[in-house]
Amino acid sequence: MKYVLKKLLSCIITLFIVSFLVFAAFALIPGDPALSKLGTNATQAALDAMRHKMGLDRPFLVRYFTWLFDAVRGNFGNSYSYSMPVASLILDKIPITLTLMVYSMILMVVISVPAGVYASYKEDTPVDRVIQIANQIVMAIPPFFSGILITLFFGIVLKLFTPGGFVSLNANPLKFLGFMFFPALAVALPKSAMVFNLLYTSLNGEKKKDYVRTAYSRGNRSKTVFFSHMLKNASIPTITFLGMAFADMIAGSIIIEQVFGIPGLGRILLTSIQNRDYPVVTGIIMLIAVTVIISNMIVDIIYKIVDPRVDA
Amino acid sequence: MRIFSKKTLALILASSMAVTLCSCAGNKAKSDNTDSLITIGIPQDLDDGLDPHTAEGAGTREVLFNIFEGLVKPDSNGDLKCAVASDYNINEDGTVYTFTLRDNVKFHDGSTVTVEDVKASLEKCMGNGDEPLVASFGEVLKVETPDDKTVEVYLKEPDTDFLANMTVAILPKDHLDASTELIGTGPYKFVSRSPQENIILESFDDYWGEKANIKKVVLKVVADADTIVMNLEGGSVDLMARLSTSQASQLSDKFEVCEGTMNLVQALYLNNAVEPFNKKEVRQALCYATDIKEIMDFVSDGKGTETGSSMFPAFGKYYMEELNDTYNTDLDKAKELLSEAGYPDGFEFSITVPGNYKQHVDTAQVIKEQYKKIGVNVNINLVEWDTWLNDVYMGREFEATVIGVDASQLTASSMLQRFVSDSGKNFINYNNPEYDETYQKAAASVKDDEKTEYYKQCERILSEDAANVYIQDLPNLVAVNKKFGGYEFYPLYVMDFSKLYIK
Repeated sequence: MKYVLKKLLSCIITLFIVSFLVFAAFALIPGDPALSKLGTNATQAALDAMRHKMGLDRPFLVRYFTWLFDAVRGNFGNSYSYSMPVASLILDKIPITLTLMVYSMILMVVISVPAGVYASYKEDTPVDRVIQIANQIVMAIPPFFSGILITLFFGIVLKLFTPGGFVSLNANPLKFLGFMFFPALAVALPKSAMVFNLLYTSLNGEKKKDYVRTAYSRGNRSKTVFFSHMLKNASIPTITFLGMAFADMIAGSIIIEQVFGIPGLGRILLTSIQNRDYPVVTGIIMLIAVTVIISNMIVDIIYKIVDPRVDA
Repeated sequence: MRIFSKKTLALILASSMAVTLCSCAGNKAKSDNTDSLITIGIPQDLDDGLDPHTAEGAGTREVLFNIFEGLVKPDSNGDLKCAVASDYNINEDGTVYTFTLRDNVKFHDGSTVTVEDVKASLEKCMGNGDEPLVASFGEVLKVETPDDKTVEVYLKEPDTDFLANMTVAILPKDHLDASTELIGTGPYKFVSRSPQENIILESFDDYWGEKANIKKVVLKVVADADTIVMNLEGGSVDLMARLSTSQASQLSDKFEVCEGTMNLVQALYLNNAVEPFNKKEVRQALCYATDIKEIMDFVSDGKGTETGSSMFPAFGKYYMEELNDTYNTDLDKAKELLSEAGYPDGFEFSITVPGNYKQHVDTAQVIKEQYKKIGVNVNINLVEWDTWLNDVYMGREFEATVIGVDASQLTASSMLQRFVSDSGKNFINYNNPEYDETYQKAAASVKDDEKTEYYKQCERILSEDAANVYIQDLPNLVAVNKKFGGYEFYPLYVMDFSKLYIK
């Protein structure tokens, strides 16, 4: 209980700092949302009126604390660009990005864990070496590039999906999932290569440990030793990494959304930064911060379950 | 009763676009398919608000053109045609514009347009006593409705060009704030939007004029230029305008590429208030050092139309082709002028370009190489669009920039007014008393031919005084899936969805 409270408190402090930094960043970078909205025909009087309407003529700290008090009560303001509440704008887009992240996470585990276990089981055989080489190649390709390759190969050559042909979840859930498979693959591939490497190295490290030798000398079958002892021990660093990877996938998703033309949080975030749509940017960054903090908390908890010796 | 010389404009348009129009707007076959659908790619979402009176982005205006209409609206020849009004009349000295309301024009919500709606819409543009919402409505004195069919617009000063401003959208008087609810009178009505994903329009069954051919139009946001070709080839977009030549060349024969012009003046705009561009000789030297042909070859495979002043060819009546020859590439002459101005060894300056416009960035790069030959060193400073707006356009803190300037209305003044020394839009700080005087004469003149002559004189001054290094009107390449036809170019930045049809 104390643990959860401690975590919650640090979570709140982090959010506080993040929101302040986002506000400060926008106070520093060039650009003016009023001008961005009015464009080349803006007159000084119109600009002043627009700034007043947006509340930008007030001092920085006043703006920040007004936002903070509203945000605590669940009101994140209105988007300058879309004239709709930030909360509903973001809520509409969460399913898209979340699907992409969860999908990638599943693919990542499905690809990397069997491959890692298998390669380690067959250590120093030709199969192992082939997997190793393939893994190095996959790891070296950044997601945006694998995204382009996937589009080219599966989309244009094999015609398994329509490039840019995003179908929204409400319109057709099945087609939506079908389309999202390929972007998810692009996000998952480089990460699975890392998971593979981590699992492979730690499994091979376990092989040399004393308890393994003891288990063998006790007469246990090699399969039992491998799967019930070594795999459990080797999985701890992998789980930590999966947690970090999930948080990191937000970044990957933002990039991949651009490559595949997916109108998710990433696209909204980028265009809102360009348009200086501060309420939206602040809202999305807060959401990302919350996601990162929560996924780290979940990792900590799983960690404790897998290895009770870990002290929170 | 003639504000735009219909014949001249039509002639020039016909000569410049005849080939395209033939191939793209070919035989019209009506289809009454009720589930007909076209997906049109747009490069950015309509994120500057949806209010037709305040939306500034050209990309937004081109979509709203299909939803909203004014008392008059431009057609593809650039002529103003009656829309919500069925007839109009301008008094002798151009101070009173009288409009007769068309019978039974319906708003998208089913209500009928009344003179009160018109009055309320126009008064919204005038602002409430203080700053006008639409700048040109500062000229309007009052709007009156003597009976339920007539609207009279009184101007403070005579202006025979004012009709073009009457294209402003007519909204229902109780829905004047159109930022979330879009109710207009156009051939398409707004159905829904999903930010950064799409905007869905549906043809309006009670439209007063010729109804749209295609039932449903989906405007899909294709924000990443690198995915345009894939979107088109993959079949998720049927039509996309303003492609680059390299994108167009990657398309398969499933597509027809129509070529028009973007209707803007691309130039190296010089801040006339800063050293050394306050010297006419220096500006002229840069004009002599610029090889426009080379820029066109590099930027768009030789496509594009040269412009010698702040006027693009679609303005048939005002465009002066002879000004293209004010300066022809002559490096010796350029060096000579630089010496005269006191820069025998050249100088250094930076061009600030918004990085999202590839054509302008490419142009800046060619210019950089060209100016090396006369000893002028160029630094290219890439900035975000928003920074450009803030620093260059509004702040006027720059030395030079490459950008395209377009016209918001089909009037010469929308191109030329900005160079009057005290204009709020004069971002290059151009200051020439002779120009100011000539422009005032043009604006005050009520005789059409006299007015045109003064405007041409303005263009001549800009060209001879080398206000900027004028380059070109960029080509506009539109990819249309061969399943569809009816794409028409306008001399303005608009796209007309209602003319599109399924072959």
